[in-house]
Amino acid sequence: MNGWVGFLSSFLASAVEVVEAVTLVLAAGVTRGWRSVWIGVVAAGVVLAVLVGVFGVGLLAVIPIQALRIVIGTLLLVFGLQWLRKAIMRYTGLKGLHDEAAIYEREVATLNQAPSAATGMDWTSFTVAFKGVLLEGLEVVFIVITFGLSSHDMLSPTLGALAAAVVVTVVAFAVHEPLSRVPENTLKFVVGLMLTAFGTFWAGEGVGLDWPGADWAILGLLIFYAVIAAGLIVALRGRTAPASGKAVGNA
Amino acid sequence: MKYITGFFAFWYDFIVGDAWEVAAGVIVGLVLLGLAAPTSSLMHDYGALLLPLLIGAVLAYSLWRVRGTA
Repeated sequence: MNGWVGFLSSFLASAVEVVEAVTLVLAAGVTRGWRSVWIGVVAAGVVLAVLVGVFGVGLLAVIPIQALRIVIGTLLLVFGLQWLRKAIMRYTGLKGLHDEAAIYEREVATLNQAPSAATGMDWTSFTVAFKGVLLEGLEVVFIVITFGLSSHDMLSPTLGALAAAVVVTVVAFAVHEPLSRVPENTLKFVVGLMLTAFGTFWAGEGVGLDWPGADWAILGLLIFYAVIAAGLIVALRGRTAPASGKAVGNA
Repeated sequence: MKYITGFFAFWYDFIVGDAWEVAAGVIVGLVLLGLAAPTSSLMHDYGALLLPLLIGAVLAYSLWRVRGTA
């Protein structure tokens, strides 16, 4: 009976963390391509495996999770906010919607000149995937260790966490195909919202804020930022002349 | 040398990009909240509400700045 309690507790707690990691991986993969994202996921998995292998249950005392939350949260927050800002600029005409066409032309020209660039790394998507999987993976490991130590049974929480990872990943793959048909600026807008919400949550936790509702606060942040962004689009739309199409930065 | 320059260029582009005020606003806000949260009970209780408002204000200011120069 205790084994099932450990399994279920670990499954539910880990599922929340895995959903967060898979959301970031999916967001980066659908918007920027999968190759570098998978490399980031595998790299984070290797780092996690090495950490768990070397430190075992002593990991709780070794990893400064608070410092990690501040660094990773702040980076995601700044990056997400920039994506959100650019998506709003495209919606309101402050930045040309046809930038993608211009970027595509430029990329094709670059690829024609240097074919090897096609196999190059996209460090942005690598970084987003790596950081997301590493931080959430560490949190899953901490959940397993905490449940395992308190129930003197490491196997059930470990199986619960693994089951959560499998279930969430299968569901994510099922929705990945329909997601790739969503217009690019809409995707970037939603991804910007998600990165901003996750980044705010982690960075806030890192600097010592207590979020009401714990991890559910991410959903509240997502809704709050969506309302703010929609308000900004309405306020700015019509007050700006259509953009000339010149690129303002990348992404 | 090329790789070192490329490394820093990547992180500069990742963090600052073309909107320095976004990175600056977020970092200054987090530092202030981080300093205030442990010492002020008001900040400890309401900091979680203040942070998203601050981020929203940074976003609005940044877009307003672009609109002014468009």
